Amino acid sequence: MPGDPDDGSGEPTNDGDRFDRVPATETERTVPGRPTREAVLAFWHDRYGIDPEVFTAHTFWERGAGKLWAFRGEIASPAELQGLGMTVLRTRQRHWKPTLEAAQRFGRHATRNCIHLSRPAARAFLAGEDQELDWEGDWGYLFVTHSLAGEAEPLGVGLYVHGELRSVVPKGRRREL
Amino acid sequence: MSMLERYGPLTDDPGAFRAACARPLPPVVRVNTLKTTVDRARQALDEVGIAHDRADWHPGLFRLPADQAGGNWPYSHGWLHGQEEVSAVPARVLDPDPGDRVWDACAAPGSKTTQLAALMDDAGVLVGTDANIGRIAPLRSNAERLGVTNLAITNEDARSHSLNPFDGAGYDHALVDAPCSCEGTVRKNPDVIDEWTLERTRGVTGVQKGILKRAVETTREGGTVVYSTCTFAPEENEAVLDFVLGERPCRLVAFDIPLTHSPGITEWQGDSFDPTVRRAKRIYPHQNDTGGFFCAKLEVTG
Repeated sequence: MPGDPDDGSGEPTNDGDRFDRVPATETERTVPGRPTREAVLAFWHDRYGIDPEVFTAHTFWERGAGKLWAFRGEIASPAELQGLGMTVLRTRQRHWKPTLEAAQRFGRHATRNCIHLSRPAARAFLAGEDQELDWEGDWGYLFVTHSLAGEAEPLGVGLYVHGELRSVVPKGRRREL
Repeated sequence: MSMLERYGPLTDDPGAFRAACARPLPPVVRVNTLKTTVDRARQALDEVGIAHDRADWHPGLFRLPADQAGGNWPYSHGWLHGQEEVSAVPARVLDPDPGDRVWDACAAPGSKTTQLAALMDDAGVLVGTDANIGRIAPLRSNAERLGVTNLAITNEDARSHSLNPFDGAGYDHALVDAPCSCEGTVRKNPDVIDEWTLERTRGVTGVQKGILKRAVETTREGGTVVYSTCTFAPEENEAVLDFVLGERPCRLVAFDIPLTHSPGITEWQGDSFDPTVRRAKRIYPHQNDTGGFFCAKLEVTG
């Protein structure tokens, strides 16, 4: 593909300075390792029960290897911009990791792999603390919710392993409340 | 002459103007309707025990006790955003609809950008530009915290804003919340009184004129451009409007805001401006117990 950077292998690679729209399916993929829209929608659905229709108006873009952005709209690809919608997902690793922003923005549509915390546990989570908790479900990245104004509200993402919920709240979003 | 002596005579009550400029402002937050409702945000503030006083002109603005704006649960959920009261005026004057194409020419750190996104219900293309690369990260992080997904961010001089990434299509609306001498923020930054110089005010007008001109150029015929600043200086306000009226096809239009205000002025230190600049609004700190602000609405006519 003209204009794509070259890693010497002859295959096009990801360019971290611009946004490239992810291909719809495997057969349309030209950059090795780039996730497809089909795979991204399947991930949200299989892992969290989010209906693919939630993302009907969104396009997905890669900037930075594995860093996926969701933009509500259409724009020509590639796009030389400083931001395009929000970062929603880290891919190109064994376990894909949703961002805190994606959990807060789309988490209300999730039906599974959501762990609900008490106010004190949510406080520890938001401060970036890991904590021992009982959880009967899958290990891995979970949406974390707590009750605010009478409803369960998504707060962020935690990594559940070995009986422990690890807070992966980014440093800039941590608060001691 | 001090900054306050310079502008007192423009107001209906110079004494009240000076007194208001000396009073600090309470923190104010805007409810982010992309993530919650005004009712639930109020309920959340009650739940965490934070006193709040709703601005009577805007249902989603709450004045909070000092030091509460950023350290609480509803803020952490992206339900609230710290934004001075008058700063919430221009996006409401622009009043975009879902599906519109909107340009915010001086976007960082994003208070007005994210307010525009909320008014658009996160639907339609919103382009946010800032010339300062160091201000792009705060813009992006505020937009993400507030759950905005329809924003494309560009780092460029707004005077030469390129439509190339956006298929060359013009905008329905543009907001020019121009870099300015910030005199109206005196209640938050009292240093602006001592730091004020006429040279600084004169120095920034070229950028203001250039950005407003580009905003008119990139907006379709019949579209609207809102020009705002947080300064009292006529050089940065009415004179900039007068300039663009002569340079590009546009006209000033009348509009209402639910805040006490004064009209734009047509005479200043020997200069006279197009009479329609009276359609712009000057908001002085003593009129509504807020910061100072200037806002004008233009329609693109060609």
